[in-house]
Amino acid sequence: MHPLIQQLTSHGPVITDGAWGTELQARGLGLGEFPDLWNLTQPERVGEVAQAYVAAGSQVILTNTFGANRVRLTEQGSAEHTAEINARGVEISLKAASGRARVFASIGPTGKLLMNGDVTKDELQAAFSEQARALAAAHADALVVETMSDLEEAKLAVSAARETGLPVVACMVFDSGKDKDRTMMGTTPEQAARALTEAGADVIGANCGQGIAGFLGICKRLRGATDRPVWIKANAGLPTMVDGRPVYTTTPQEFAGYIPALLDAGASFIGGCCGTRPEFIAAISRNLSGT
Amino acid sequence: MADLKKLYDSVVSGDAKATQALTKEALAEGVDPLNLVNEHMVPAMDEVGRRFEANEYFVPELLISARAMKAALELIRPLLIARGDKPVGRVAIGTVKGDLHDIGKNLVASLLEGGGFEVIDLGVNVSPEKFIETVNSKQANIVAMSALLTTTMPSMKTTIDALKQAGVRDKVKVLIGGAPITQKYADEIGADGYSENAVGAVALAKKAVTAA
Repeated sequence: MHPLIQQLTSHGPVITDGAWGTELQARGLGLGEFPDLWNLTQPERVGEVAQAYVAAGSQVILTNTFGANRVRLTEQGSAEHTAEINARGVEISLKAASGRARVFASIGPTGKLLMNGDVTKDELQAAFSEQARALAAAHADALVVETMSDLEEAKLAVSAARETGLPVVACMVFDSGKDKDRTMMGTTPEQAARALTEAGADVIGANCGQGIAGFLGICKRLRGATDRPVWIKANAGLPTMVDGRPVYTTTPQEFAGYIPALLDAGASFIGGCCGTRPEFIAAISRNLSGT
Repeated sequence: MADLKKLYDSVVSGDAKATQALTKEALAEGVDPLNLVNEHMVPAMDEVGRRFEANEYFVPELLISARAMKAALELIRPLLIARGDKPVGRVAIGTVKGDLHDIGKNLVASLLEGGGFEVIDLGVNVSPEKFIETVNSKQANIVAMSALLTTTMPSMKTTIDALKQAGVRDKVKVLIGGAPITQKYADEIGADGYSENAVGAVALAKKAVTAA
C-alpha cells in the first residue's frame, strides 16, 4: 500500500469532503457557470468552501479542478489557463487545509465518449497527463480520478495520474441498469475494481449517481473484488425543485445514519457528493466519534 | 433474395456493415423502403430497447445498434424524401442553456433517428429562443431537453415558459431527461413526459406523436 494511504487508513475510517458545486453556488456561482474558473476569478470564495469542510472535520479535502482538463476547458474557451486553474486549485485547498487535512486533487471525466469517436485515446491521455502534472507540481498529496462512467477513460486517467508518482484514487459512478449497480457503459463494480486495481490505482471507489442507501451493496462488491482500500462518496439522494432551485431531501443525520453500515460494507474513505454540505461531514464526524 | 430476418439480427447485434449490405440488397430487389424500416428495423430497435431495460444491453450496445440503424437509414431516407413520405415526428433536441453535457442527448438523438424520427440536434447550451425558432422554422412537434446538472435544470422551466409566451406550447410535446431529472420535476414544470433513459425517451416520443 502507498505509505500515505497506509498512514491515513491505519487510524480508522477517513472522512473526505462533500459537494463543491452547490457550496460555490451558495456563494454566488451562477447557474450553469463553470466552477473551475473561480480558481482564477474568485479564489477567496473557493477557499471558503475548502475551509468549511476542514472545519467540519474533513481529513481529506479535494480541489476545485473537477473539469480542469484541456478537453472541457476548450469548450469553455479557457484552455490556455489549464495549468493555472489546476495549480491555483491545489494552492487554494492547501492553504485552507493548513496541514490539518490532506489535499487530494480532483480529476473528472472529459464528457466525451471514446466509443463515439468524440475523442481519441491519445487526446484523453494527453489531457489527463497535462492535468495530473499540473496538480502534482502544485504539491497535491494525491490524485482522485472521479465520477467516471467509461472504464477505458478511467484507465487512461489512472495511468496518467500514476506517472506523477502520487497515490491515485479511482472511482466510478454506478447509477445504471435496473439495479443501479452498473456504470452507464455497463461496467459492474467487480469489473471496475479489478481493472482499476490492475491499472495501478491505490484506492478504488464509487461516487455520485444515487443516494447513500444504494452505496452499501456497491461498497461490498468493490471490497470483495480488490485488496485496495475503498472510497465512497454518496449523493444526498436526488433533487426536488423548491421555488425553482434544486433541493436535496436527505438530511445530514439520515446520511450519517448509514455510516455504520457503510463501514461494515468495507469503506475506508467516506464522504459525500451532490447535495451534501459541511453539515453532512460534521454529522459523519460525530457519528464516527460516537457522539 | 435478401434475408430480412438477417437484417433484423444485424441491427440487434449492431453490425453496421451487414445492415447496410442487406439494406442495399433488399432495396435493389424492390422491397418497399418504408416496409424495411417499419417491419424490420424498428422492431429490431424495439428489441434493443427491451434488452436495455432487461439489463442485457447497456449504452455501448445501444450506440452500436443505433449506428447500424442509421447506416441503413442513410440509404433509405433519400428514397422516402423523394416520394414525399413524412417522418414519424420531428424532434428539436438539445442540452439546455448553461449545460454542455451531451452524451445522453446524443444517445437519445441516435435512438430517435433509429426510431424513424427526424431529429434536429441543436447541440448544447441551447437557449429557449433557439428551441422556439426551431419549432417555428422546422415544424418540430417534439421538444426534447437534456440537463446533467441540477444547476441547469431550471432552464427547462424557462424554456417551457418561453414556449408558452411565444404561443407555441400547445404545438409541441415537451420531453425531458438527464441524471438529476425526476418525474416529479417534469410534472412540476409542466413537461409532457420524462424518461429515465434513452430507450424510454423513444417510447415517449412515439406515444407523443400518436396522441397528438
